[in-house]
Amino acid sequence: MSPPETTELSDYRRREQSITLSQLETPGQGEGDRTQELLTLNFGPHHPATHGVLRLLVTLQGEIVRDLKPIIGYVHTGIEKTAEEKAYWKVIPVVERMDYLSYYFNAMAYIGAVEALVEVEVPRRAQYLRVIHLELNRIASHLIWLGTGALDLGAVSIFLYCLREREKVLDLFEMSSGARMHTRYFQVGGVIEDIPTGFAAKLREFLKIMPERADEYGAILNSNEIVLQRLRGTGVVPVETLLGLGVTGPLLRAAGNPWDLRKAAPYSSYEDFDFKIPIGEVGDNYDRFACRLAEIYESVKILEQALDGLPEGPHMTGDRKIALPPRHELATSMEALIHHFKLVTEGFRVPPGEVYNPIESPRGELACFVRSDGSSKPARVHMRDPSFVNLQALAPMAKGSYIADMIAATAMLDPILGGIDR
Amino acid sequence: MPDATGLELLAQELGDAAIETVYFRERATVVIDPAHIREVLGKLRAKGFSFLASVHGVDYYPEEPRLGVHYELLDMSRVDRLTVKLRVPLEEPEVDSVTAEWPTADHQEREVYDMFGVVFRGHPDLRRILMPEDYEGHPQRRDFPVGGEPVLFTRDEGQWLESRE
Repeated sequence: MSPPETTELSDYRRREQSITLSQLETPGQGEGDRTQELLTLNFGPHHPATHGVLRLLVTLQGEIVRDLKPIIGYVHTGIEKTAEEKAYWKVIPVVERMDYLSYYFNAMAYIGAVEALVEVEVPRRAQYLRVIHLELNRIASHLIWLGTGALDLGAVSIFLYCLREREKVLDLFEMSSGARMHTRYFQVGGVIEDIPTGFAAKLREFLKIMPERADEYGAILNSNEIVLQRLRGTGVVPVETLLGLGVTGPLLRAAGNPWDLRKAAPYSSYEDFDFKIPIGEVGDNYDRFACRLAEIYESVKILEQALDGLPEGPHMTGDRKIALPPRHELATSMEALIHHFKLVTEGFRVPPGEVYNPIESPRGELACFVRSDGSSKPARVHMRDPSFVNLQALAPMAKGSYIADMIAATAMLDPILGGIDR
Repeated sequence: MPDATGLELLAQELGDAAIETVYFRERATVVIDPAHIREVLGKLRAKGFSFLASVHGVDYYPEEPRLGVHYELLDMSRVDRLTVKLRVPLEEPEVDSVTAEWPTADHQEREVYDMFGVVFRGHPDLRRILMPEDYEGHPQRRDFPVGGEPVLFTRDEGQWLESRE
């Protein structure tokens, strides 16, 4: 159908009309060996196996992937730009929405950078509470990865089991902060509130069942012949290539490099805890799966230690220039009222400088770069999102393999498009 | 992190390429001449900084030279980090691409180009990555306004074309 001659066409419509379908309409006209023919195909953006709106431009020879180019930006929301318009403490809920499965990690990376700039001392109890929430979040994120990843491989029931346990984690988040996702629980200088009565008991209950449930997941998948055949020996990339591509997290550890920032450069009291870093041997999709599954047990171990050793004391820094005064002080103290007013209207000012603060997220090195120009709003906030960098490793994983192996590689890569596009 | 003395020693070895060293909040930074970026990163790789963690852009508006590109290097065996920074002027925002030696820079340089308009010479595929291909301007620059952009739907196409004339 051709539009009326009179209307001017947009660039998009003109390009759309320039595509000729004659080859498709008369098949059999092509010359040469049809088995050698290359077919370029859009995989996504709306494909259930791409974990969001990821578009892969794949060049296929028969069923073999010869080339692959990720095309991203479909959920780009300009969060980094938005952050420049807001006072430092108001940026926290915005950055949490980048990688929507690991919101505590986004907040932690950003807050760590701001805390380095203002040089505030975080109380020990707040550091432990942060570790508790970070590790719970890591478990929740890995559960979503396991559920959806296994779904891509055709294992449907495990998705429901994983979400069942994730629900328990979200209930805990709701107890401590009132929200299940994007909780805004971490604040510059500590955490917004202490954990409520009953939180510890509920967490212990969760820590008791979680390893048993993880055993069950392992039992379901490790005895599933189809899953094993699709994971074993597929998507192998040598560790040197991964390092060159900047890949971190479970993907790098599965290839045998035990790099984990929690051990290498501990932050937020991670040096107090005794845990192991699971690593793989071959670096195939199965090792990626096994590494993440083993990380769930290690997170449970950290959580147990953090809960047992949770120090007494304040959950927020006493520096009133940064932290909001407690509610009851507002009624009696003029000074508290002034601090409250200053913080809520303008926010606190941060000394000029630039800081890059990396932490270990469920997907690898998540870092936040913050530049301050001395005002109460950041001059630049940049997130080095691990999904964005790790996505570059999909091409070497999938090239030369079948489409089905590409699906498995994408599932085990665990890309989160909210974090990739920001 | 190299300490303040170690940073000075490192900068001396870089010779004329190093313009300035900054030691701030226990983080080491060396500011370099943009013409020598590939050479500097090569020298630092020989020193052990073999992992390029991040490449990102900064707009120093209203200072000149305005646009900055930061390279975050990491030495995994000594657990050491070093930031290499460079500044390019707005009139000629060009710097050599490092994708040949550091494949991880591919997407990240594209993002800096997309958001700040820094052109990376020798990049194999320098296209926009997050914004639409036909987008005009570089949105992360500090003087780029927020808001006021029409939302495109097919049904408003005629109206949108009129408003562009």
